[in-house]
Amino acid sequence: MPKYVARVQVQLKASVFDPQGHAVEQALHSLGHHGVGQVRMGKSMEVHLEAADVSTATDLVRQMCETVLCNPVIETFNFTLTTEQDNQPAVLAQPSTTAAGGQDPK
Amino acid sequence: MKWAVVVFPGSNCDEDAVSAITEVTGDGVDKVWHTTRDLSGYDAIVLPGGFSYGDYLRSGAIARFSPVLAGVQEAAAAGKLVLGICNGFQVLTEAGLLPGALLRNDHLQFRCELTPLQVVSNTSAFLSDYEVGEVIQMPIAHGEGRYYADEQTLDELTAAKRVGVRYLRNPNGSLRAIAGVVNGAGNVFGLMPHPERAVAQWMGSSDGRRMFLSMKRFVEDNQVAVQSDGRVDFLATRAEKVGVGQRHGH
Repeated sequence: MPKYVARVQVQLKASVFDPQGHAVEQALHSLGHHGVGQVRMGKSMEVHLEAADVSTATDLVRQMCETVLCNPVIETFNFTLTTEQDNQPAVLAQPSTTAAGGQDPK
Repeated sequence: MKWAVVVFPGSNCDEDAVSAITEVTGDGVDKVWHTTRDLSGYDAIVLPGGFSYGDYLRSGAIARFSPVLAGVQEAAAAGKLVLGICNGFQVLTEAGLLPGALLRNDHLQFRCELTPLQVVSNTSAFLSDYEVGEVIQMPIAHGEGRYYADEQTLDELTAAKRVGVRYLRNPNGSLRAIAGVVNGAGNVFGLMPHPERAVAQWMGSSDGRRMFLSMKRFVEDNQVAVQSDGRVDFLATRAEKVGVGQRHGH
């Protein structure tokens, strides 16, 4: 089966305050980088997987993002998929389908 | 009644919870390892504080997939009481048993201190022994306790009196100073402060005792009726008990 690498990026939603990003932003300012506006921290994950084809791999990674890697109450995700062998992009960037507002499960 | 305290790899308040429940209620308490699937023998389940699975990915994100959580989900649906303290609260939000999420404190500091809380609503099984508006003291000990939910959810929680306790001096940037929320049926409660660390005067506060006593009284005074649509009703078996009537929820 073909091997793929998904590079997943998880970010806090714009509406969620990011204190880590804010601290980094202040550090950059104190170093004289006055042109720096907002800094937002996120998480980057590399998932290596085998799948029958690109579309299956894309579906699987999306499923992983929606169930585990990203919490839709506070975060959005985005990923790119490349073939492991030649490191060529297999599909374009795949963002969260819904802006997924925080839902009240109960 | 019979209590279970769930132990995940990385839990560190499990012994405190067992001691507090034993001392306050005199009931039997089992520590239940995270691989246990069946919790049907318990009336109340406590998810303690700590750093389950190292808090990798997000606090509570991995614990949510452990076998014991399936048992917790079933117990919650069957009308048993589920209390999540600190990391336990984080696990319950990740599991979808409670709304919202808990984020890094807005000032990035880990806060460990006795903190004043106000009881906002006492209609749940966990707070019936407190007065609405009463100020109580419990310790907090967390770096990720900033409660977040979208505005609509916050409005719904407020309107349905599902915010159980709020901070008088917001220690972490929680929206609307929320410290603990209850589910719609009133049998699942999560809070960041530690009631189990406030059960004796020498601890600085004994205000946590009444949380365990409220739960005990609720279990002893109510019969659970799960309706065919999954709705959980609690039927008071002792009519004179104030604050415990019939409750509905999904």
